[in-house]
Amino acid sequence: MNIPKSSPTGGCGGGCPTKEKGADLHRRDFLKSGAAMATVTLAPGVTLMSMGSGVAAAANPDTRWGLLIDAAKCPSDCSACVTACSDEHGWENNGEPTDPQWIRKVTLKNRDTGFENSLPVMCQHCANPPCVDVCPTGASFKREDGIVLVDRHTCIGCRYCMMACPFKARSFVHEPVTGQKVTTPRGNGTVEGCNMCVHKLDRGEGTTACVEACKITGNNAMIFGDLNDAESDISKALANYPSIELRADLKLNLGVRYQNI
Amino acid sequence: MERIIYRELKSTPQIWGFLALLGVFIAAAGAVVLYIEHHGHIVTGMDNQIVWGLPHVFAIFLIVAASGALNVASIGSVFGKVAYKPMARLSALLAVALLVGGLAVLVLDLGRPDRLIVAMTNFNFISIFTWNILLYTGFVAIVAVYMFTQMARGVPTYAVKTAGLAAFLWRLILTTGTGSIFGWLVARQAYDAAIMAPLFIVLSFAIGMASFLLVTMGITHLTGRAFGAELRTRLARLLAIFIAALMFFTTMQHLTNLYAAEHWGVESFILRDGGIYTTLFWGVQVLVGGVLPMGILFHPTLGKEAGLVVLSSLLVIAGGFAQIYVLVIGGQAYPLEIFPGYEVSSSFADGVINSYTPSMLELILGLGGVALALAITIIGMKFLRILPNSLSDANVGSKV
Repeated sequence: MNIPKSSPTGGCGGGCPTKEKGADLHRRDFLKSGAAMATVTLAPGVTLMSMGSGVAAAANPDTRWGLLIDAAKCPSDCSACVTACSDEHGWENNGEPTDPQWIRKVTLKNRDTGFENSLPVMCQHCANPPCVDVCPTGASFKREDGIVLVDRHTCIGCRYCMMACPFKARSFVHEPVTGQKVTTPRGNGTVEGCNMCVHKLDRGEGTTACVEACKITGNNAMIFGDLNDAESDISKALANYPSIELRADLKLNLGVRYQNI
Repeated sequence: MERIIYRELKSTPQIWGFLALLGVFIAAAGAVVLYIEHHGHIVTGMDNQIVWGLPHVFAIFLIVAASGALNVASIGSVFGKVAYKPMARLSALLAVALLVGGLAVLVLDLGRPDRLIVAMTNFNFISIFTWNILLYTGFVAIVAVYMFTQMARGVPTYAVKTAGLAAFLWRLILTTGTGSIFGWLVARQAYDAAIMAPLFIVLSFAIGMASFLLVTMGITHLTGRAFGAELRTRLARLLAIFIAALMFFTTMQHLTNLYAAEHWGVESFILRDGGIYTTLFWGVQVLVGGVLPMGILFHPTLGKEAGLVVLSSLLVIAGGFAQIYVLVIGGQAYPLEIFPGYEVSSSFADGVINSYTPSMLELILGLGGVALALAITIIGMKFLRILPNSLSDANVGSKV
């Protein structure tokens, strides 16, 4: 039987088996891949047994997914990206300090000049992620295409990754979760954060919920694409205009870049 | 000097009563764990800004005190001080007990304590946390072997010394690992400093010795066994030196930060503007837990008073606890500097001082760890020959 390298997993919201290091195929994934194959053989096009997202492609090591955010195009009163992420992944922030927040709008005011601007901050998908370094079980991991994820099956809820993240990009689930999205498994007592809509990418959609929402508003402040592809929109924009990484002093080589801060 | 005779504790109402009291605390902590497991951490005071809270302060305190509690055994076995040898078994037992108590709090506060087996079977060897798991379990094993060499008949001296040396080196590495949990956190202004490892080691010397003194004085008092005044004073003087060393390392930690403009924000928060954290730092850590006990214990007459030695040990424990609280909670209360040079605001508490009020549940869980450590120590002394019949000065040959 031909076992796919990537499979719809309950733990990561996509692609657990294609960890950059120590890739392995869990029994659960093996069983799921078998079930998915049986479904296809019996009735192509008819889903008798849903196992999560339909995976079209494995993480490609030649790809590095990234985001470019232009703060000059991001109005302070717009939070479409935040709402879209919340809707896509099923998390909700009602203002309680225990609520999760995968992406947030941050308002910056220059202390010297008083100039203000606004921008979204989420997991920066570091090439050298501190959260992956500190995770005792390897639940925090980086896919071959640069996306940093949490395997909910092996996260023990120690929160060391939250202590280590320089961007406060991760949330701890403080209470039992209801109304989960099929494509985004979440769990009480585990840590979560932006997964770059990995289920959409694995379906071959090539975009994220936040970027699509930003496009719909007409602001076009976010560009998503492959940082390794010189012909991608994001690479061209980065090549032609100045951009920065947050906390560049840490030399984490971020997958998310900013312009006009 | 008479021969040292080790005897199990007798079954007195005091011993069983004390164990029953500890059992109440342990049972309460167990109930708290089930409650948090059922409802989630939303019932605690911790949140997405203060992710490590009071249970972590208790856990780190106990784990650091554990390695320090082994001091007395190490001084006897490794450095050959004869007067300390009769206390080596108790020192080793207390070390293991404190570590187990601390570890219990740590793992029971996990978001998924039911997944402990995952932590024991999935290792990321780049993580200092992973190394700590191995260091903690290794410590228990090595100290158990060390105790065996001390207690078994016919074990040659060199074997005891070798096991003692191994345990001594292991405990230094263990506390280095605990300090490095914070020292290697590059993200936060309050941590990310190489001094964390040696700072934790001297902290372990101080709070470990204070814990040992309190337990030894308590159990000898409870069982009517002698604890020589000169031996006690000798340990108390050593504690005073450890406090001085701890204050020196603490001073260097903050002076080094104050020299770098990038750390002025967090330093002014801890040292001047931090409210409860500033109060805990100057009031409890420095004054109550440092200057005051050091003054008492170095004093030629006051330092010899049993009651004041007990008081000083309690003060050192309060100071050490405050130090860990300021480090762990205060370090998280100060906002992350993601955008240096900017005033920041967001719906996720960017740019603001994070507040934290520990819940009663967290306190009960932490006290449960302390109770567990004490219960293991008492039960160990009840069933094993740990405590000498007499620690009188004449018996152990102590001399100030």
